[in-house]
Amino acid sequence: MSILVIAEHDNKTLNGATLNVVAAAQEIGGDVTVLVAGSGAQAVADAAAKVSGVSKVLLADSPAYANQLAENVAALVADLAKDYKYVLAPSTTTGKNILPRVAALLDVSMITDIIAVESANTFKRPIYAGNAIATVQSDENIIVGTVRGTAFDAVAADGGSASVEAVAEAKDANLSKFVSEEIVKSERPELTAARIVVSGGRGVGSGDNYHTVLDPLADKLGAAQGASRAAVDAGFVPNDMQVGQTGKIVAPDLYIAVGISGAIQHLAGMKDSKVIVAINKDEEAPINAVADYWLVGDLNTVVPELVSKL
Amino acid sequence: MKALVAVKRVVDANVKVRVKPDNSAVDLTNVKMSINPFCEIAVEEAVRLKEKGTVSEIVVVSIGPKEAQEQIRSAMALGADRGILVESSEDLGALEVAKILKGVVEQEQPQLILLGKQAIDDDSNQVGQMLAALLNAGQATFASEVKVDGDKVQVTREIDGGLQTVELALPAIITTDLRLNEPRYAALPNIMKARKKPLDVKAPADFGVNATTKLKTIKVEPPAERKAGVQVKSVDELVEKLKNEAKVI
Repeated sequence: MSILVIAEHDNKTLNGATLNVVAAAQEIGGDVTVLVAGSGAQAVADAAAKVSGVSKVLLADSPAYANQLAENVAALVADLAKDYKYVLAPSTTTGKNILPRVAALLDVSMITDIIAVESANTFKRPIYAGNAIATVQSDENIIVGTVRGTAFDAVAADGGSASVEAVAEAKDANLSKFVSEEIVKSERPELTAARIVVSGGRGVGSGDNYHTVLDPLADKLGAAQGASRAAVDAGFVPNDMQVGQTGKIVAPDLYIAVGISGAIQHLAGMKDSKVIVAINKDEEAPINAVADYWLVGDLNTVVPELVSKL
Repeated sequence: MKALVAVKRVVDANVKVRVKPDNSAVDLTNVKMSINPFCEIAVEEAVRLKEKGTVSEIVVVSIGPKEAQEQIRSAMALGADRGILVESSEDLGALEVAKILKGVVEQEQPQLILLGKQAIDDDSNQVGQMLAALLNAGQATFASEVKVDGDKVQVTREIDGGLQTVELALPAIITTDLRLNEPRYAALPNIMKARKKPLDVKAPADFGVNATTKLKTIKVEPPAERKAGVQVKSVDELVEKLKNEAKVI
């Protein structure tokens, strides 16, 4: 069985989320081809060729694919997909933007956020903000799905020696145009891939206090920073830091929740973390029910003390 | 121009759902139902565009059981002009919903088609993109800002790592993110007025759509329980546990 994996990248580097999708593809079993659709993306294709378990890389290099516009990339993928049994992409904003369009062009149903492979056509996925897990069976000729990266251990980024083939045909659908992009620059690790995440909620009180209290802790641990929806809505931090059903899904080794009560919506984004620590002044906070270790106290004194003792 | 907004009836966002003992589905008996939060944001955006004079008529459509009329009335109370219910008791998949919506779009010929980015029950995040593909139209998903300019629309999208702005030719499909706007509350006089607004009832077959999906849910289970944690009394104890017991730092 042949599997087409859509690479996540920025035309320069291959995003690690792709490695988790290749891992899911290997669980299904079959020949894995990675598609790199971009502009000036030879380096990405070369990196993809080294990924363990990849047998072929397709490089579609054209200005039409420079910004991953769904209209152009989906048409390309749907065209290529006819030779494959599976089309998989990471559950990133890019994957979720493109893949349903591919599925509709192929006239097949799609599976979002695969968290487990049960058999060749049966998969598990979370529904209702992760409060239920559905097992779904697809009877489609081509199985199209996005893979939740945190549910599969990444394959090695090296060790492979796939061939790179150019895909000649490139078409601009002329339905959309890229205007601009505003990427938040950060020295810290990427939130969804970080080994340790430090998150703040409404309890941190203000944007200034968020940084005064939590920045030293994140620095000390080399951690990514996250936030609850309450902290984002209150304007403490930008929205790309939101962890939850409507924000990012994380599953780090260590998740430290500071001043977060633990609403259903937030738990959906972090409850698969290996170890959860809650620091909260409220002994009854729902977050304590999912925490491995919880400390009741004022975060303004507890967190600096923690920093000094690490 | 005309705007079409799709809304879905779902379990209220604050309800903690329970899985049925036979693992067939989530138990929805006597559970509070509401308009999906992302759909509400789509309605609000259409109403704001009407208040600016950009949109002249807002048609709201829902596909689902008879009771989904309540959600259409809610959207009308927020400012939608008329409603269409495509009544179906089947558990429709995203592709089937997109095909029905395509039929509605072809009938109504709207310039702007607004949907939520995902429904909080199935968490699929598919319908808007599928509809755009079926109509061969441009799509702007996860919108946090919408600016209509003549026969084009500029949309700022929330992407991993920041924001991206794209421009689409109309007609176009836009799916809303949480940050797009803050939906208003329906005032009582508007709720009363909404009762008198026109609401057509149709069936999937009216649009030539066969409602069976090739994606079957064979089991629904509660997620694995985490084992109970411990309360630590001091920062020293926390550091010691993280280093020696959990071994994560």
